[in-house]
Amino acid sequence: MLQGQPDKSRARRAAEIICDGFVADGAARFETDILLPAEVLLDLYGEDIRARAYVTSDPERGEMMLRPDFTVPVVQYHMAGDGLPASYTYFGEVFRKQEDHPDRRSEYMQVGYEAFGGADAAVADADVFGRFSDVLAPLGLRAATGDIGILIAMVAGLRTTEDRRTALMRHIWRPGRFTALVKRFAGLTPVPAARASLLALDAPLPDSSVMIGLRSEREISTRIDALRADAAQAPMSAEDVDLISAVLAVSETCPNALEHLRDIAVDLPGLLPALDRFEARCEAMAKRGVDVDALPFEASYGRTSMEYYDGFVFGFYSESRPDLPPVATGGRYDALTRRLGQGREIPAVGGVIRPDLVRDLGGLA
Amino acid sequence: MTIKLGVPSKGRLMEKTFDWFGARGVTLTRTGSDREYAGAVDGVEGVDLVLLSAGEIPRELAAGRIHLGVTGNDLIQEKLVQWDQKVEPLAPLGFGHANLIVAVPQCWVDVDTLDDLDGAAAAFRARHGFRMRIATKYHRLVRDYLRRGGVADYQLVDSQGATEGTVKNLTAEAIADITSTGETLRANHLKILDEPPVLESQATLFRSRVAAKSDQDRLVLRALIDRLGV
Repeated sequence: MLQGQPDKSRARRAAEIICDGFVADGAARFETDILLPAEVLLDLYGEDIRARAYVTSDPERGEMMLRPDFTVPVVQYHMAGDGLPASYTYFGEVFRKQEDHPDRRSEYMQVGYEAFGGADAAVADADVFGRFSDVLAPLGLRAATGDIGILIAMVAGLRTTEDRRTALMRHIWRPGRFTALVKRFAGLTPVPAARASLLALDAPLPDSSVMIGLRSEREISTRIDALRADAAQAPMSAEDVDLISAVLAVSETCPNALEHLRDIAVDLPGLLPALDRFEARCEAMAKRGVDVDALPFEASYGRTSMEYYDGFVFGFYSESRPDLPPVATGGRYDALTRRLGQGREIPAVGGVIRPDLVRDLGGLA
Repeated sequence: MTIKLGVPSKGRLMEKTFDWFGARGVTLTRTGSDREYAGAVDGVEGVDLVLLSAGEIPRELAAGRIHLGVTGNDLIQEKLVQWDQKVEPLAPLGFGHANLIVAVPQCWVDVDTLDDLDGAAAAFRARHGFRMRIATKYHRLVRDYLRRGGVADYQLVDSQGATEGTVKNLTAEAIADITSTGETLRANHLKILDEPPVLESQATLFRSRVAAKSDQDRLVLRALIDRLGV
């Protein structure tokens, strides 16, 4: 079933009202181009973004992309400035291919709010979540929250080799691959035959006469050395595998989740600093009037998003319309400012609301 | 109105398609000069032959401009979003077999699985400063396959022909392409990953789910399908 053409002027009006509200609270209006250079976005998000964003080409500027979101341009804008704390709000069209959901809109409006440089991360997280929660309150949405920072701390705290932790860290956002790696490192899946026979050879390097391509013999031998070193290591312990499963399975209200994770941290003390941040955020949220005791927390939430969130993550969903994508999403993305900041980094947290869905659900009035 | 049957306009694919229909009592022939893309159907009334490039047949089926078409399921699945809602496969024709595979240089003795490819891609990006390039013309299928396989730090580069040469020419590190015997791959010092292929393809007769039909057309289509025994 097609949703029909978006009623753009109504969505735009809803966007303006939300945006004006953020401006009244002190945010600066931000605007940017619709046609963005593709290179930065491709480098950041990889091939996945090609499946989701419209790439086109300009004879002079090369590959260009129809704006898939505002986050990258707003981060670039802020990082190019004086670096003082600031908050921004914006609204405008974004474009996403919907190959898996052709019934969903591929061109729609987003209203955003992004806060840079908040010295107290817990307060900044609570403030952004609180703002979104206040704006969306008339719709009676279900909130979901998570914290990628806890997953990063979990991986960093595993008692295994640095290479294994690095490999797991790389795949936090790809749950299937992450689980496969955990099983491999724990010796729960058999070593592939080709790998076993490679490692059994004394001198597995290829005959230099058939070397082709950019990947050099040196790179190949470096990887073989790494595979050998890994094969010589003890498998990751069953306890660590259980701890990973236990963390990923946490899904309850914030206070209960915190208590549960603190129990797990007895055996995985590396979690503690991240849990202290979680606790501070809960307190800051309560102070800001959020009903934290009833707020859900899912440790795995946000893992499949394409975005660069590396801390607090949240989303708002319509329970009466489970067919709709989330009405709002957001989170903390300190790492993104590091990637785009050419040596500098600034703590950043923000989110976006879809005014078209707000309209579909009856509006905020 | 008539029922329009789209078949590949040249080469072995056309000849084998003609043979397959001929063996079932439906004679397809090209008419006019060798260079003219016109054809005729004998053995069943009310069917027009439309000679097309195999690569255009998916689009024509999805647009409903032809009712039946012969093409590879690789092309159908690459070119049509939610292909199974637009066309229905009626019968595999038993020729044009080919697998869409991922291949890497034979000298990559450390790479045999997608797991290896991902590991090599991570190291490659760290060493060279850009994502490992995989040359292909099957962007959607390959991207899906690599995502399901958990491969990161790669990029697809478009290659519409002579894809096996891209590695030697340093425009890609690996390739994803159709192969039937693997001979061209071997000749170019490439090896297929030890994984299930991205897709197993063969020439297939498809029916458009969207092409408009009169009552008369329905009868003709029924008669043709009965004659073909599919």
